[in-house]
Amino acid sequence: MNPVTVIVGSSIGGVRTAQALRASGYDGEVLLVGEETALPYDKPPLSKGLLAGKSTVEDITLLTEEAAAEAGIRLVPGRAATGLDVAGRWIELADGERLRFDDLVIATGARARPSPWGGMPGVHVLRTLGDAEALARDLGKGGPLVVIGAGFIGAEVAATARDMGVEDVTLVDPAPAPLHGVLGPELADWCARLHAGNGVTTRFGVGVDGIDRSAEGLLVRLADGKRFPAATVVVGIGAVPCDDWLRSSCLRLDDGVVCDAYGRAAENVYAVGDVARVPHPRKNALVRAEHWTSTVEQAARVAHNIARKESPRAHEPVEYVWSDQYDNTIQITGHTGGPLSAVTVPGPDPGRAFARLYAEPDGSFAGAVTVNWPRALITCRKAVGSAASLEEIRGSVSAKRPVTKTGARP
Amino acid sequence: MAVVKADPGLCQGYANCVVAADDVFDLDDDGVVVVLRDEVEESEKDRVTDAARSCPVSALVVESS
Repeated sequence: MNPVTVIVGSSIGGVRTAQALRASGYDGEVLLVGEETALPYDKPPLSKGLLAGKSTVEDITLLTEEAAAEAGIRLVPGRAATGLDVAGRWIELADGERLRFDDLVIATGARARPSPWGGMPGVHVLRTLGDAEALARDLGKGGPLVVIGAGFIGAEVAATARDMGVEDVTLVDPAPAPLHGVLGPELADWCARLHAGNGVTTRFGVGVDGIDRSAEGLLVRLADGKRFPAATVVVGIGAVPCDDWLRSSCLRLDDGVVCDAYGRAAENVYAVGDVARVPHPRKNALVRAEHWTSTVEQAARVAHNIARKESPRAHEPVEYVWSDQYDNTIQITGHTGGPLSAVTVPGPDPGRAFARLYAEPDGSFAGAVTVNWPRALITCRKAVGSAASLEEIRGSVSAKRPVTKTGARP
Repeated sequence: MAVVKADPGLCQGYANCVVAADDVFDLDDDGVVVVLRDEVEESEKDRVTDAARSCPVSALVVESS
């Protein structure tokens, strides 16, 4: 009998694992089980192009029925997994059906952390296609919009709403500035000014006490006593891994499925993406990353490890995440922000493009944030995990500035 | 041989392709993808396909010629 790999979760991690199994020469059956009924779709556009109506559901589809059939991937949509028996090698679905596997890949991702101030009409989270479509409908009616949480989702939603012409947008976060943790204080201040400069009312360093609903609409109450009326509220305060269905299994759960360096949670059981907690060699810690690129890399690695069991490969994570806000692309690689010392290198158009490079306490290069300067990002991404010093990387990045007609670098 | 195609209009400069296969892809000074070799050997196809699939906006394809 042909071996069977069951993949639970049909977003980017599940789809890429299925495709990479075929690319690795795996000739067993591949089942892709998804809770949602929609065809597998990509999530980064949900807070950007899809929300703004610039891209369609077709544009963000990761795997059509034709492409799945051609690759020999059996789609099992609209079916939630509810249980796992590792020793018996089967999963249970919500309707009671059991699927047998030889290898299992857990790719159930993460769900939006729900509003602690109650759910009510007009209060949104953003994680799924359905969330994005519901939010787009409300934003289409105009503002005021209050966005609670200035992480990636919140900052992007605020920017997209302004791009959509929503007049009255307020961005609130208890941190001193957007993306404060990964950007560090100076760059986070730049991001705060970016939003203010694009017409967003910003309230940082203050928490939310509650959301009230009345005949006039919603009212967001801040801890400092200020009140913001809202037609629409977006709560973007992080995500929690979808590992509840594994509670009765023997897998080790600790804010996600704990894996070894090969992505294995148990014999013949693997996890990828937002739900996976994997060892980070440089941090000497287990890390759960909610990053598109790391999910794609994990999917390729786990597929290889299933298809070529005799030569498994360990994860070699290099953190990389991007965020598009207004007409800016912010790219982040390696270890950044926090208390690290940092230098700024002006880019080809210094008013618009620059790189901020971060150093570990010993002076070695830790990571970088680049703004509108992808060529600098490449240099920095390749250098993460090398023994290079900050000064060496500063030199290499400076050399990426294009030479002008006068032969000088800007 | 396999043919490598890029849609510069879709490219957002995320650079995943360059990190995965810098012998085939690069970015120009404006951060837009440049295909350095538009034909690759069959033996390279899987690696270059992986690099193309790492594009977050699906701006790259590798097709059998």
